[in-house]
Amino acid sequence: MATKLKEVDAVMVGMGWTGSIMARELTKAGLTVVGLERGGDIKPSEHFAMPAVRDELRFSRRLELIQDPAMETLTFRHRPSESALPMRRFGSFLPGDGVGGAGNHWGGHTWRYLPTDHATRSHIVQRYGARAIPADMPIQDWAMSYDELEPYYDKFEKLCGVAGKAGNLRGRRIDGGNVFEGARQSEYPTPPLEQNLSGLMFAETAKELGYHPFPRPSSNCSRPYTNIEGLTLGACQLCGYCDRNGCEANAKAGPHICVLPRLREDAKFEMRTRSWVSRLLYDKAAKKVTGVVYTDTRSGEEYEQPAGIVVLSAYVFGNVSLLLHSGIGEQYEPATQKGTVGRNYCYQLSRMGVTLFFEDRNFNPFMGAPGTQMVIDDFDADNFDHGGVGFLGGAIITCGHGDGRPISYRPTPAGTPRWGSAWKKATAKWYQHALNISLSGSNYANRNNYLDLDPTYKDQLGRPLLRMTYNFVDNDYKLSEYCMSKALQIAKAMKPTILGSPRLRRGDYDIVPYQSTHNTGGTIQGTDPKTSVVNRYLQAWDAHNLFIMGASTFPQQVAYNPTGPLGAMTYWSAEAIVNRYLRSPGPLVHA
Amino acid sequence: MADNSLPRRRFLLRAGTAVAAGLAPAATLAQTKPAAPAPGTGTSEPESSLVLTSTETAFFSAVADCMIPADELSPSGTDCGVVTFIDRQLASAWGGGAKMYRGGPFRKGKPEYGYQLSLTPKEFFSAGIVAVNAWTRKTMGKDFDALASQDRVNALKGLEDGKAQLTGINGKQFFEALLDIVMEGFFADPMYGGNKDKVAWKMVGFPGLPALYKNLIVQYRGKKYDAEPKSIADFS
Repeated sequence: MATKLKEVDAVMVGMGWTGSIMARELTKAGLTVVGLERGGDIKPSEHFAMPAVRDELRFSRRLELIQDPAMETLTFRHRPSESALPMRRFGSFLPGDGVGGAGNHWGGHTWRYLPTDHATRSHIVQRYGARAIPADMPIQDWAMSYDELEPYYDKFEKLCGVAGKAGNLRGRRIDGGNVFEGARQSEYPTPPLEQNLSGLMFAETAKELGYHPFPRPSSNCSRPYTNIEGLTLGACQLCGYCDRNGCEANAKAGPHICVLPRLREDAKFEMRTRSWVSRLLYDKAAKKVTGVVYTDTRSGEEYEQPAGIVVLSAYVFGNVSLLLHSGIGEQYEPATQKGTVGRNYCYQLSRMGVTLFFEDRNFNPFMGAPGTQMVIDDFDADNFDHGGVGFLGGAIITCGHGDGRPISYRPTPAGTPRWGSAWKKATAKWYQHALNISLSGSNYANRNNYLDLDPTYKDQLGRPLLRMTYNFVDNDYKLSEYCMSKALQIAKAMKPTILGSPRLRRGDYDIVPYQSTHNTGGTIQGTDPKTSVVNRYLQAWDAHNLFIMGASTFPQQVAYNPTGPLGAMTYWSAEAIVNRYLRSPGPLVHA
Repeated sequence: MADNSLPRRRFLLRAGTAVAAGLAPAATLAQTKPAAPAPGTGTSEPESSLVLTSTETAFFSAVADCMIPADELSPSGTDCGVVTFIDRQLASAWGGGAKMYRGGPFRKGKPEYGYQLSLTPKEFFSAGIVAVNAWTRKTMGKDFDALASQDRVNALKGLEDGKAQLTGINGKQFFEALLDIVMEGFFADPMYGGNKDKVAWKMVGFPGLPALYKNLIVQYRGKKYDAEPKSIADFS
C-alpha cells in the first residue's frame, strides 16, 4: 500500500531539460513543485571533472550517462505481424539517466524548426496538392506556428548561449547563416565556434556549387556567456569528447548549468531522486489526474504524491508508457488507425554519409565539438522543389570534425582489413587525413510505425515494456538516394585522393549501431483529439491538469535535432499554465 | 583440453608474449624492428589474472597478437596490455552483465534486433573460447593459441567471414565481440591496462589529454598537431 504524501501544486515526472525548465517557471509563479527523478543526482564539478571526464571507454563505450536497460528498456519489431524482442542494450539511440537527463550527454545541436516544419501537411497540400501525400503517411501540422513559437525559441537560445550565425534576422536574409530559417528577432547569443579545415573545405565547395553553407547552431558556447537566469557558461574548449559525455568547462548547455542552480535555491522546489514513477492516478470521469505513484528505489517503499498539476517530462518512451500504464487515452491501432497514444512514432535517417581521404591535408580530427560543423540546408524539408522526386522531406548535409576519439573513429579506405599489420598501416596513415560528409534526414510518419505495450517482457517494476514497431519505408529510401546524390556532388568537387563508398539508408532498420537519439511522437500535438494526445499548449485532451513535454509531442520528425523546439515549447506551455490555466483550470482549447 | 598444454600456458603468462615463440614466426620478428617495448613489460604483467583462466589468457593473447601484430608501428597486442585490459573488463560490472536487459524469455532474433542471449560478456567470451578451441582442434588438431601463426590468421578470418562452423556459438558474432574488445584495449586510456605507454595513440597521432583546443584549432588548422600524448594518469 502506497504511503500518501501531502499534496503539492505540481509534480514533474523526470528532471531533464523540460522538467527543469517547467519546474523553474512554475516555482517562479509561486507554485510548490516536486521534481521526481528515477536516476541519481549529478554534480558537474565532480562527475564531469578533469581528468576523469576525458575517458572514451567509460562514457562513449560503456555508456556511463545512459539509461540502464536492466531497469527499463523497450521491445522492438519491424512490422505488426512479427513478435518483438527486447532491446537488451541501448545502441541505435541513447536515452539519458539521472538529473539532467539527455541534457547531460547530448552534443548541443540547437535548431529552430522551419516555418514549413510547423505546418508540414498544410504546406505540402498547398504547394503540391493533397495527392502528393501517400495514404499511409499520416503527417500533421504542428499545433502552433513558427511565428507563435519564435519568442520561446529565442528565450531557450538565451538560456543555452547557443553559438551560431543568423540567416534571417527579422526578415533580412544574411549570407553565411541559414538563409532558409524563419525570421528571428535576435542574433545567436554567442558567435559560431571556430571550424576545422574539413568544415571550411566543405563550405567553400558547397558555396561554389551555389549552395548556402552555415555553421551548425550548437549549445557549445563559443565564449563565456551569462544566460537569462544570470548563470554563467564557460567557453567551449573543443575537446573532442563532448557527445555521450559531460562538460568540464560548463560550456555545453544543460539543466545543471543553465537552470538547476536557480531551482535548487528556491524553497518552493523539492528534488527527489531515485524516485521511479510507475503510474499516474487518473480520474477518467473528471478528466483529471490526481497525482502519481512512485517507488523510492533506495528503500523499495511506494508513495502516492497527490498534485494539482502533473507534468510528464520523461524521455519520449517514458511519456508514452506512463500514459498506457495509467489508462489515459486510447491506444493507437495501425489496422484501424484509431486511437492516439503511440501514434506517429518517428525517428530520423542517420548513419548516412561518405568518407573522403586527402593525402596532403591534415585535419586534427580530435579537435572540435559537435558544433564544429558546416551545414547546408538546401536539400532539407521543402527548401527545394519536390516535383517529380518521389518523396517528401529532406536532409541536412554536414561536414566537420568533433569526435576523433580513436576507439570509435578510425577511418580507412574501402578494402582495408579490419585488423592485422595492413590495418595498422592504413589506420596510422589515414587517421589525420580523412573527413566525413554526413546526412541527417527527416522521417515522416507511417501508419505502421507506432508504440504500444509488449505482451511478454516486463521492466523491474513488473510493468509491461513499451513495444516499438518500426521500419523504414519507401519515402525514406528515396530521400536517402536523392540527398546522397547531392552530397556526392559536393564530395567529388572537393577532389579527394580517395572517395569512399556512400553509406545509404537501405534495408530494414537495425537497432544496434548508434544512429540518433531523436525519437519522436507517441503523444503528438494537434487540433483534433481523435488524432492527437495534447493540444497546442501540450495539455492532454483526456486530463486537463496533465501536460506532456518534449519530442513525444512532435507529429513527425524533421532532419534537425529536437532540443530547440523541445525547450521552446516548454516555455510556451509554462506561460499558458501560469497565465491562463491557473486562473481558470480546465481545457485551454475546446475541440 | 589436453593437460599437457598447461605448462606452455603458464610459461606464456610469465614470459610476456612477443618472445614466446609461436606467437609470431621467427622470420617476422627478424624482419621487422619492433617499436621500443613498453616500459615495464615483463615486470608489470600480472602474475595471476582476475577472472581469466590460463586457457582463456592463452586464447586472448593469441587473438590480440594476430589482430595487433608487433611491427614498426607498435609492440604486439599482448605487449600493449590488451589481455590485461580484457581480464579487467570481464571482471568489471560490464563483464558481469551490467547495463543489459536480462529478462526472459530468450529467443533467437534477426541480427537487426541486437544481442538476444542470456550470457553476460564474460560468459559469452568463455563459451566462445571453448567453441573456437573445439573447432580448431577438430579442423587443425590444436587449440587456437597453439596453431602456427598463419593458421591463426586463417582461423580468425574464418570466424570473421562467418565460414567457421562452431558448435552452439555464432562465430561471426563472437569475432565481432573479440575485435571490439581488442580495439578497446588497444585504444582506451592506459589506466585500463592496455595501450601501454600510449602506443596506440602515438601510432595514429591522438594527443589524449588535456584536449584544450580552443586556440590551437586555429593555430594548427591544416597543420598536423604533434604532441606527446598524455593520459588520465598524467593529470591525476
